[in-house]
Amino acid sequence: MVVTILDIIISGLLLGGIYAMTAVGLSLQYGVARVLNIAHGEFIMLGAFITFTLYTRLGIDPLISFAICGPAVFAVGFILYRTLFTRLRDTSPTVEAFEGNSMLASFGLLFIIQNVAILVWGANIQGYTYMAFSVDFWGARFAANRLVTLGFAIVICLVFYLFLANTRLGKAIRAAAQDPETAGLMGVKINQVLALCFGFGAMMAGLGGALVSISYQIQPTMGLEYTMIALIVIVLGGLGSIPGSFVGGLVLGLVGSIVTHVEPGLSLVAYYVIFMLLLLIKPTGILGK
Amino acid sequence: MGIEKRTSKEVIGVSLALLILAVTAAAPLYAPRYTVILLTSILMYMTISVSWALFSGPTGYISLASAAFFGAGIYTAAILGTALPLPLVVLVGGLVSSCLALLVGGLTLRLKGIYFVMFTFGLVELLLHFILWWEVTISGTTGRVVPPAGNATVFYTMLIILVVLIVTAVFIRRSRYGLALLSIGENEEAAAHAGTHVTALKVIVYAVSALFMGAAGAAMATRWTYIDPRIAFNPLISFVPVLMAIFGGIRPLYGPVIGAAIFTYLEEFLITRFPYYYMLIFGIIMVVAILYMPDGLVGLTQRAWKRMSRNKHAHT
Repeated sequence: MVVTILDIIISGLLLGGIYAMTAVGLSLQYGVARVLNIAHGEFIMLGAFITFTLYTRLGIDPLISFAICGPAVFAVGFILYRTLFTRLRDTSPTVEAFEGNSMLASFGLLFIIQNVAILVWGANIQGYTYMAFSVDFWGARFAANRLVTLGFAIVICLVFYLFLANTRLGKAIRAAAQDPETAGLMGVKINQVLALCFGFGAMMAGLGGALVSISYQIQPTMGLEYTMIALIVIVLGGLGSIPGSFVGGLVLGLVGSIVTHVEPGLSLVAYYVIFMLLLLIKPTGILGK
Repeated sequence: MGIEKRTSKEVIGVSLALLILAVTAAAPLYAPRYTVILLTSILMYMTISVSWALFSGPTGYISLASAAFFGAGIYTAAILGTALPLPLVVLVGGLVSSCLALLVGGLTLRLKGIYFVMFTFGLVELLLHFILWWEVTISGTTGRVVPPAGNATVFYTMLIILVVLIVTAVFIRRSRYGLALLSIGENEEAAAHAGTHVTALKVIVYAVSALFMGAAGAAMATRWTYIDPRIAFNPLISFVPVLMAIFGGIRPLYGPVIGAAIFTYLEEFLITRFPYYYMLIFGIIMVVAILYMPDGLVGLTQRAWKRMSRNKHAHT
């Protein structure tokens, strides 16, 4: 009994670590750059496939390839914001119009990135084995790669949070989130900061993807599912709140683990029920005021 | 612009529409089977796109629940099977969807902006995963067989649905409710203060738009003959008609019609010519359309027209 409960909690946290990691990026992109990025999952997929290729072709350790995959995906996100979304921002009459247009444009991006990936890597399911031995926790056994994934997810999110809280650029980002115009008047280079935010969001997705590839199988069409889960998590944690997204990810992972234990087919249904109830009853999220 | 000029323009517009309708309606008599099937797909996308624009165009609420309403129609047709004649199946499919829309609208239309977008898209995924689970664990199947109807039958059913939809849309736009919807899009609070029953109006028009999406789903199910939850609740049905409407132009009624016609034909063309690049090209066109054509093709041609006539005046 105790082992079962422990088993459920730890599996939930392992799943939640991935959820948190992928949601933090989307939260930043929506919270600051105001792009509800439907193509968010595609950046996760890109990160996963870059890590996969580096490991299987060049034998680079997935944990080391973070250093390559993070900047690469960051660059893609940064350039996209500087070109596509900056133009949309200039041409949209209101913030609401920009949110709508950028969401639809990101849906077009989903197609572009996904199909470029299919052309490069093929449409098949891929995977590799890495640290596939198990670790014993008071009788419950877990794969080492998932524990590493959780550990890295926590560390990366923490580092990112400290960066936002303590550095000058982090302050500029938070100022831009609260009021882009005033921040601009105070000397924040607003277009630069928003593009950096979008880039950082993409980077977090890419690193999340690298972690996903360590423990799960990957394929070019995997993105939308991760986008949807990231969306649910950021609503759960409160739109735009980074710590909220992190806690929300872990909570959703626990919910998934509990529901899977009771009725395996219903975990996604449970996610969407929670999502819609939250939107109706408490759209500010579980940590919101 | 004088009243006479306006009415003569309208006469030309209506007669042109009737001419196109007549040529289209006669298609099964002279065109090959392939063309009729393609036309049916075009009619389907036109129906979804126009009904989407009917609600979301004037109000500015971006609904991504189209796939849910369309899928509800498909499942209604699959469950009813041959229990009812086709016209009744289509009607019931539409009614089921509009009941769903009444429920969703009543619950959510006080949500604003991006929250409404997320909720409506969540609805599609919720229905998809719930029905998937239901079919596998309770019904013990994944897919269902829908009794097929002939190509021409499905074609005429879709054509009738589209014509009724366009007549309804024109009627709503011409009535004071059309103006009220526009005022909701401009400034909802001011509209409420001016005496519009904002919530009731939004919910009813949302249900009307869902009625046609559901009817289209029920009609198309009889062409596809085999359906499963992933086919019925395909998220693309929520996005693609929106992009078609934007591509054509959301404001005028014929914008989504033109957008859907061009886009569906383009899709067919790209699939046959460039099967590996078609989705990629599709994505690029979407992004370009959103970036450079804020008022769609209609806006683009209107601007070009104005510039041309201005030049003409300048020369004389």
